[in-house]
Amino acid sequence: MEDPIDYISIASNKPKGARPYFFEDPAVERVMNITMAIGMELAVMRERMDSIERLLDEKGVVSREDINSYTPKNKQIETERQQWHSEYISRILRIIQQEMEQMANPDKTLHEIADDIDKM
Amino acid sequence: MAKNLPPTYDKIAKHDVFPETTHDERARYNFLANLNKHLAHVSQGNATAFKNRVQPKFMEEKGRDFENKDELGDAMAKDQHYQTWSALRRCTMEMRQQAGRSLTYRQAAELKEKVNKLNQGKDSLKLNDEVKVPPYLMAVDNHLMPGSYHTELFEGDVSNAANYDGGLFVTTAGLLGRYSDGGGKAMADWMKANNPDFKPKRILDIGCGIGHNTLPIAKMYPDAEVIGIDTGRPMLSYGHARAMSLGYENVKFVQAEASKLPFEDESFDWIQTTMFLHETGGVSIYNIMKEIHRCLKPNGITMHIEQPQYTDDMSMYEKWIRDWDAYNNSEPYWSKMHDIDPIDLLEKSGFDREQFMQIGAQAINDLDDGTQKADEPEDHGRSPIWNVFGAWKK
Ligand SMILES: C[S@@+](CC[C@H](N)C(=O)[O-])C[C@H]1O[C@@H](n2cnc3c(N)ncnc32)[C@H](O)[C@@H]1O
Repeated sequence: MEDPIDYISIASNKPKGARPYFFEDPAVERVMNITMAIGMELAVMRERMDSIERLLDEKGVVSREDINSYTPKNKQIETERQQWHSEYISRILRIIQQEMEQMANPDKTLHEIADDIDKM
Repeated sequence: MAKNLPPTYDKIAKHDVFPETTHDERARYNFLANLNKHLAHVSQGNATAFKNRVQPKFMEEKGRDFENKDELGDAMAKDQHYQTWSALRRCTMEMRQQAGRSLTYRQAAELKEKVNKLNQGKDSLKLNDEVKVPPYLMAVDNHLMPGSYHTELFEGDVSNAANYDGGLFVTTAGLLGRYSDGGGKAMADWMKANNPDFKPKRILDIGCGIGHNTLPIAKMYPDAEVIGIDTGRPMLSYGHARAMSLGYENVKFVQAEASKLPFEDESFDWIQTTMFLHETGGVSIYNIMKEIHRCLKPNGITMHIEQPQYTDDMSMYEKWIRDWDAYNNSEPYWSKMHDIDPIDLLEKSGFDREQFMQIGAQAINDLDDGTQKADEPEDHGRSPIWNVFGAWKK
């Protein structure tokens, strides 16, 4: 048997040749690539959920109809679910909140703070 | 009902050396095939952007139209839609490679063993350490496949070939059929239909890869000896094992370089290449064609399946957008090859000008259930529509 190869890092190797960037700012391209990969993983998860639902249906455990027509049965479930959405969105859009906080209370840079601390 | 949905990855034809996939790996490929289809539609916006804003703005500023492709390209590079489409397409290619590599390299050792088992003791696979990978293949990783066709991470590693096998189905969204052999099938059908009296005894497929398009020819002509050559060892080992597993008995896989064919003069009735010439180089292409001429028997035929030809009535924009893959999907010879006149190429290699022929071909797709073609925009470099050219040797 060969030495086990590090397939995780090998999988993401770059091909030969400098990579073309299409946006003026490479940061935009970087973010797009990461976002698309996450978008893909969400699709993968969605397909897995679909498999699970169909299997549950086939085996007579829970019908897809039951899942499709499901609505929260009481206030507590409703709250739990809405809270999940709220937290999820806040997590995804964290940077915008932080930029707003900075706008409201302009903060010193860490260089400035370091200089301050040097005098403390 | 939704139209133009790609087949799910599980529809791909399997064989004994085909890489195993988990549920999520297949789902990832399903996502990528759909994304490829979707981007073919997004690419249509490039023509709109060109016509409605890029060209008018240039004409207004300069008081004239574009003089060449470079000028046009510089202007398009600043267009937001073009930037978005390009970045998404590049990203999709890279994700395809990543997804394929992660699933093949995790089972690299098993793949090697499966291939070895089928290849052991067979003289229909001839590997040769002396054969050098040509410099143009060493210079770049074609279609962003790290390690290209020749790299083995350990002795006998076939992972890249396995990645190519499954991945092609995803990149082409299944349009080449279950065995990704729609090109070879179309070629074999054309030959039989148009030359019913032609009974080739020996057929050579140059740059055969894993033999996707070699096998349909071998099937159509079961009495012929069909030889595929390539410089990529993993491609040949994997391709041979694949052919064995699929029950082919008249195919050989030989490690050889196209501009130094290890065959005698006038020893083949038919010499074929498929999606090969555009991955060679500006000097080599002539040497290769001369070798083809040398090895063909009189009254033998050579045929080449290639990207659609650039025609004079094609607009400058059209030619430019078709070059996208050259620079952004690492197919560097793709656009340069379009400057070569195939008639001239054949004539310089010894063929008669009058023997030149050119046909359009479309993949024969055994997965086509009618949901595939409606309103499909042509996805440059992905669509299964080709130019086929060649000549009889007289
Ligand atoms: C795009 S692949 C096409 C494979 C195959 N013909 C098909 O249609 O699936 C091109 C193949 O040509 C091979 N190749 C490129 N230059 C070559 C050369 N000079 N001699 C032999 N093989 C070569 C590469 O290793 C690669 O496997």
